[in-house]
Amino acid sequence: MNHETGTGKSLPKLDSLALAAGTEPFCDDFDRPGTLTALQVGSPHAFAEITSIDTREAEQEPGVAAIYDYRNTTERLYTTAGQGFPEPSPYDCRLFSPTLRFYGDRVALIVANSEAAARRAAKRIRVDYKLLEPNFDLHRAEERATGRLHGEDAHAAIPVPYRPEDNLAAELAIDIGDCRRGFDEAEESLDHSFTMQYASHCAMEPHTCLAYTDGRGRLIVITATQVPFHVRRIIHRLLEIPLHQIRVIKPRIGGGFGGKQEVLLEPLAALAAWDLKKPVRLRLTRREVFTVSRTRHEMACRIRTGFDRDGTIRALDMEALMNAGAYGSHALTVLSNAGAKVLPLFNKIPNIRFSGRSVYTNLPVGGAYRGYGATQGYFAFNQIVDMIACRCGIDFIDLVKQNHIRRGETSPIFEALGEGKEGVSQSLNSCALEECLDQGAAAIGWKRKGKSSAEGPKRRGIGAAVCMQGSGIPLIDMGACSMKINEDGSFNLSLGATDIGTGSDTVLAQIASEVLMVPVEKFIVRSSDTDTTPFDVGAYASSTTYVSGNAVLRCAETMKEKLRSAAAAILQVPESGLCAGEESFLHEESGRIISYSEIAYQRLYSSAQEQLECSASYTGTESPPPFLAQFAEIDVDIETGVITVLRFVSVADCGRALNPMLARGQIEGAVVNGLSYALTEEYLFNKEGRMTNPSLGQYKIFNTLDIPEMETIIVPSHEESGPMGAKSIGEIAINGAAPAIANALYDATGRRLFSTPFTPEKVWRALQEAPFEA
Amino acid sequence: MKQEFAMKDTFVINGERKTVEFDAADTLLTVLRRAGHTEVHSGCDRGECGVCTVLLSGKPVNSCQVFAASVRGRAVTTVKGIGTLENPHPLQKAFAEHGGIQCGFCTPGKIVASYALLEKTPNPGDEEIKRALDGNLCRCTGYSQIIESVRSAAETMHSGEPEEGGGV
Repeated sequence: MNHETGTGKSLPKLDSLALAAGTEPFCDDFDRPGTLTALQVGSPHAFAEITSIDTREAEQEPGVAAIYDYRNTTERLYTTAGQGFPEPSPYDCRLFSPTLRFYGDRVALIVANSEAAARRAAKRIRVDYKLLEPNFDLHRAEERATGRLHGEDAHAAIPVPYRPEDNLAAELAIDIGDCRRGFDEAEESLDHSFTMQYASHCAMEPHTCLAYTDGRGRLIVITATQVPFHVRRIIHRLLEIPLHQIRVIKPRIGGGFGGKQEVLLEPLAALAAWDLKKPVRLRLTRREVFTVSRTRHEMACRIRTGFDRDGTIRALDMEALMNAGAYGSHALTVLSNAGAKVLPLFNKIPNIRFSGRSVYTNLPVGGAYRGYGATQGYFAFNQIVDMIACRCGIDFIDLVKQNHIRRGETSPIFEALGEGKEGVSQSLNSCALEECLDQGAAAIGWKRKGKSSAEGPKRRGIGAAVCMQGSGIPLIDMGACSMKINEDGSFNLSLGATDIGTGSDTVLAQIASEVLMVPVEKFIVRSSDTDTTPFDVGAYASSTTYVSGNAVLRCAETMKEKLRSAAAAILQVPESGLCAGEESFLHEESGRIISYSEIAYQRLYSSAQEQLECSASYTGTESPPPFLAQFAEIDVDIETGVITVLRFVSVADCGRALNPMLARGQIEGAVVNGLSYALTEEYLFNKEGRMTNPSLGQYKIFNTLDIPEMETIIVPSHEESGPMGAKSIGEIAINGAAPAIANALYDATGRRLFSTPFTPEKVWRALQEAPFEA
Repeated sequence: MKQEFAMKDTFVINGERKTVEFDAADTLLTVLRRAGHTEVHSGCDRGECGVCTVLLSGKPVNSCQVFAASVRGRAVTTVKGIGTLENPHPLQKAFAEHGGIQCGFCTPGKIVASYALLEKTPNPGDEEIKRALDGNLCRCTGYSQIIESVRSAAETMHSGEPEEGGGV
């Protein structure tokens, strides 16, 4: 397999047959003799202070190697957000703290020779707590009467507003044009709030990590991460272990979706392994993944808009209130993305305001999650667009076409709002949203919209949603790669980019393959080992294909020139006379051909010996957005309130799809995650703030029987600045499911829902009320 | 540090007899992984995700829900017993070639469950594939390409091509 060369082809993932055969190791498949098991002891209260802790009895438990808590570990503040340095997330977290801020917050870490021993020891730790009054309501977090979560020392690492005294983890506002005038001049207005709920990534592989010291005393961390280089840096800075003594290795990863962009377990495993000089494994149970790892941020998004009856939108004011949970991981950047990835889409609106606040509550901690705020923003935005369309009597698609950004155009939002700070101005090189809308409309049968049919208790409706995302964070995200040639004309391709199951190893090899005209199978890809691969920020922000891909493109081009120059020297001809062919150069004048293999043999053994190798880096100066139109056809049972999604169509402009099969997989995986987030996924909390459904049996994600008929179309598009014309596709497709279903529900029943998930009870209740009037 | 176990038995794993030691509370999943069968993954330990699916006497089970002590004498088949990297089963090839694999963590369980389906129903329709795989969660693919993979493998196995793979 993979005898083929180049991009634009649906080649199997390089690792897929080995994954199917069960021979590719994941983190838990690495073992070291005598590995100890680490177990976190979580807080039984949502908000409490430890008044006394006694671990002496627990330490006597046979098999216990060590117990760590706030008394014997560093007090240094950090953030678990695996972001660039300095991180835009506040430093509000310690390895262990005497203040526990949510149910399950870390009290202690027990390290023992078996899980059973660690669990026995956990029962023998004696802790007295002083209970504090918790707050679970994001709307009340800033009230003075509400208890303050974070102390004087919590701080932001970059100059941004941060007011822990008001439980404010982040705040931002931009104001373009004159919204007040826009509202005054508009003929019509709307004002609605929309809320999206907590959610878990549910990667099939739970978070896990193995740390040990090697024969030279260095710390080796094998971990299920999206961000190996950030893991190394954060361990180094937090634990004061010299950076050069740390090696972080990423094996195969069992899914991430943002959940593994968090440096959650590694510092703990590293602490114990470095201290005890023994291998230590720390692995979350599925229950812990739900309760103590990271989540999608709950967000309330209010949109006020003023518009004319011809569909001209004069002003739009978006106000986002986000629940950071107990710690502010990604509290600023997810918040800003709710505006930054949404508002440029309708660049014809002259007056735009965006303001947002992230607040602390005593609930699970938010973090990065596929879509990263855009999901929450687009849920509100697309319903508002549908309401405007209904009020004006304009078709949704026509209204979108009237307002959306086009190729060659810009939006002031790009410059005003980046990830947590000012952004980078850009004009679009590519935008095929219009084609996406037209093809999607044809595929779903859009003409039937507004003619909702009824059969028994079932009402049928159609709805649409549109969105854009980005391709990496411009001027911040950096990817690098290096390559060297071997005697057979194969290449080692070392990537900092972190394949977490997305297929990036394959897509990046396809890029190099196309440049060098070498079959994909002759690239020996190594991704993400801080000792042996160059730096890359990691797998997030829809950056890998575009940012890391551009690094690979540059690197392969450099390699090609090196090979050309060596070929010319060996053949004793001018470089200009050489023509690149498959794995070789042809000297056109003489007809002589020299293969890459011959060049490698010459340079390694015979003449002007040199390892032909090179490296390259890339940081985007822009972040070309992919575009997407999504369409849902649903049945609503008006007796039970059950929504069934019958068909779901996604039409994407992701630039040129470098591997259409894998691009489709990214879209459909995100769609199904989006569908189950819209309909069934939900954190249920009791009144003490404890999640009551922390299992895959009780927290419902879609299985094979739940999926609708899916149609996925990738329209032809080409992004000049992208490698071989590509933009991103990893996140965008999660955004449209909830609003498309909501708009379809309106089409079917005249009812609107303002919060997800659309449970049968919620739908049924809405059906008992009067129809919504736009 | 050598662990001591209360029980000892001989298992037949992928056709090979293996003596394994375990405690009364140990599951088949624990014993398989301890015996080096790391192709069997662990995702929830509650029988809710299906990534640990193996065949027990030819039937798919969540190995995290089976006590090792109850296995006695019965044949256990993991994905490695269905085909290998060198000699893959059509299902393994089809999953790779049709985008049925992204992260691959659920894949061994999915292939085992699909294998059991095709043994019983050599030519399944999409609904039958969906029903057979409803206990095997996947968060990456959205399932569509997995269903296509199983359908394609069934077609390959029917098309008269010599069947590859070890079989059970």
